[in-house]
Amino acid sequence: MNNKHYNLIKQNGSSATTITAEMNFNNKKIDYRKKILALYHGVNAGHIGSSLSCIDLLIAIFEIKTSEEQVILSKGHAAVALYTVLHSIGEINDETLATFYQNGTKLSAHPSANSFKNIPFALGSLGHGFPIGCGIAYANKLKNNNDHVYILMSDGETNEGTTWEAAHFAMAKKLDNLIILIDKNGLQGFGYTKDVLGDTAEIGKWKAIGFDIIEQDGHDVEKLIEDINDLKSRRNGLPKLIIANTIKGKGVSYMEDKLEWHYLPMNPETYKEALLSIEKNYNA
Amino acid sequence: MRNSFSKKAENIISKNPQSVFISGDLGYNALESIQAVAKDRFINAGVAEQNMIGVAAGLAFKGFETFVYSIAPFAVYRCLEQIKIDVCIHDLPVYIVGNGGGYGYGIMGATHHAIEDIGCLSTLPNITCWIPAFSEDVDYCLNQITEKKKPAYLRLGLGKPYPQAVQISPINQIKKARSPKITIIALGPIVHNALEAIAENDTIDLFTILSIPIIEFSKELLESISETKKIIVVEEHVERGGLGEHILSMLAKRDIHLVKFTGLHAMGYPSKLYGNQAFHQKESGLDAENIKAEINKLLKI
Repeated sequence: MNNKHYNLIKQNGSSATTITAEMNFNNKKIDYRKKILALYHGVNAGHIGSSLSCIDLLIAIFEIKTSEEQVILSKGHAAVALYTVLHSIGEINDETLATFYQNGTKLSAHPSANSFKNIPFALGSLGHGFPIGCGIAYANKLKNNNDHVYILMSDGETNEGTTWEAAHFAMAKKLDNLIILIDKNGLQGFGYTKDVLGDTAEIGKWKAIGFDIIEQDGHDVEKLIEDINDLKSRRNGLPKLIIANTIKGKGVSYMEDKLEWHYLPMNPETYKEALLSIEKNYNA
Repeated sequence: MRNSFSKKAENIISKNPQSVFISGDLGYNALESIQAVAKDRFINAGVAEQNMIGVAAGLAFKGFETFVYSIAPFAVYRCLEQIKIDVCIHDLPVYIVGNGGGYGYGIMGATHHAIEDIGCLSTLPNITCWIPAFSEDVDYCLNQITEKKKPAYLRLGLGKPYPQAVQISPINQIKKARSPKITIIALGPIVHNALEAIAENDTIDLFTILSIPIIEFSKELLESISETKKIIVVEEHVERGGLGEHILSMLAKRDIHLVKFTGLHAMGYPSKLYGNQAFHQKESGLDAENIKAEINKLLKI
């Protein structure tokens, strides 16, 4: 469903069509999560929790973005979530998707360069996406177009100093066409963010810099779409930020808010359990 | 060279609307004219080099050839990962300009020196390092850089004009002996020390190399080496990853054997004392006097 269609539904306010939209997103949440699990399980790989944490954000962004706009998955370790979305829109075909994580693939564990239009940059070393996004936003300003750029970061990633270099740059250069989304699940590589460096994605810090901010449930796709559209409509000279409160491993109950699911692969039993958990949690 | 650079860059920026100039909060008394011409295509990115390179990559991705200017050490080391990933892996037209390569910033101290820059950058994919030796080389290097539209690093130093007219190319013969005994190859403005050292010696062939990696030796350089079989490389850069190692590896691959190779290179801070650029050159044996002494040693072999 494209964004135009979505707006139409909202404007009409018809409960029947609204339910259709909700059902549509619920189906996507289920389907994408199952695909993510299958991809990881197929190659016995980790980073499952990270992909489940941000998949709903990616669903929302890809509902909105135009074909000319860039999405930068700065938290490159959630590549599988991006590959899943690109597969669903036909940019990655079945054959290519089947090569994920294997020798000779274009689909490495973190996104690689120069293969897909919607993977404009290789990412995976944290703290690179935000500065790149600032460059793209500045270029869009120079080109005098209405394109936005979407940067999906993790909250742990905001530990990186480049976050604060780029945040001030975006503010100083009035990059109101820049939309930062922080997948705030409260966990990072080796602990809770509050215990590591403290909450570097805390809203007050971003308010102090001057960002135009909405804090939202990062798993409510409909609300996220509304928020992103709302932020996009505000050409006020302020860079935009969605602090998306998420749960690492969202949808698979035994993975939720668990550090180990940043790393662990599933075994056949836990895979089966994960699929059942998704069906249960999303009333499939 | 900074003035030659800013004049040429101003020309490029004014002619090409698809170009951007970013400064890392430096360029007082040098970049003002570029700023005036470029208007909103001139960005002062502040004291934030990592972001600056990422921004440049984003701009280049959207079709803008982007210059990034700072002093050499700040333009290279802090943001090396951004140069590697954001720029080089994506093969984007980002042109990093480092002023004061080598010991160029002299008494400013070790933080301001860049004696490992070529070594760091030349291991990265798709990037070419350009090292003008004479002031006229700056124009040539910038023409090459903007023609290729690939990642580039331009290392600026203290340039003087050519002693005589030269058709500039990636490898230039500055002095040709009738019957050469030694081939000297210099990197960057240190060539002036070599010129001073050989002023009264008519047995030396002197070359400069303007770009690294070297794609191929020139015919003249190969002829000189095959005749002299003695090379002195002079570079204001550490031995590891520098011009000397690069040339030795190329010679070995081509089965070209030498009688003697002398590498004169930056040695860091051997006495742990600091001074101007000439002081540091002398500390590393890169001064004209020592080059002369090394020449005399080789002539006796």
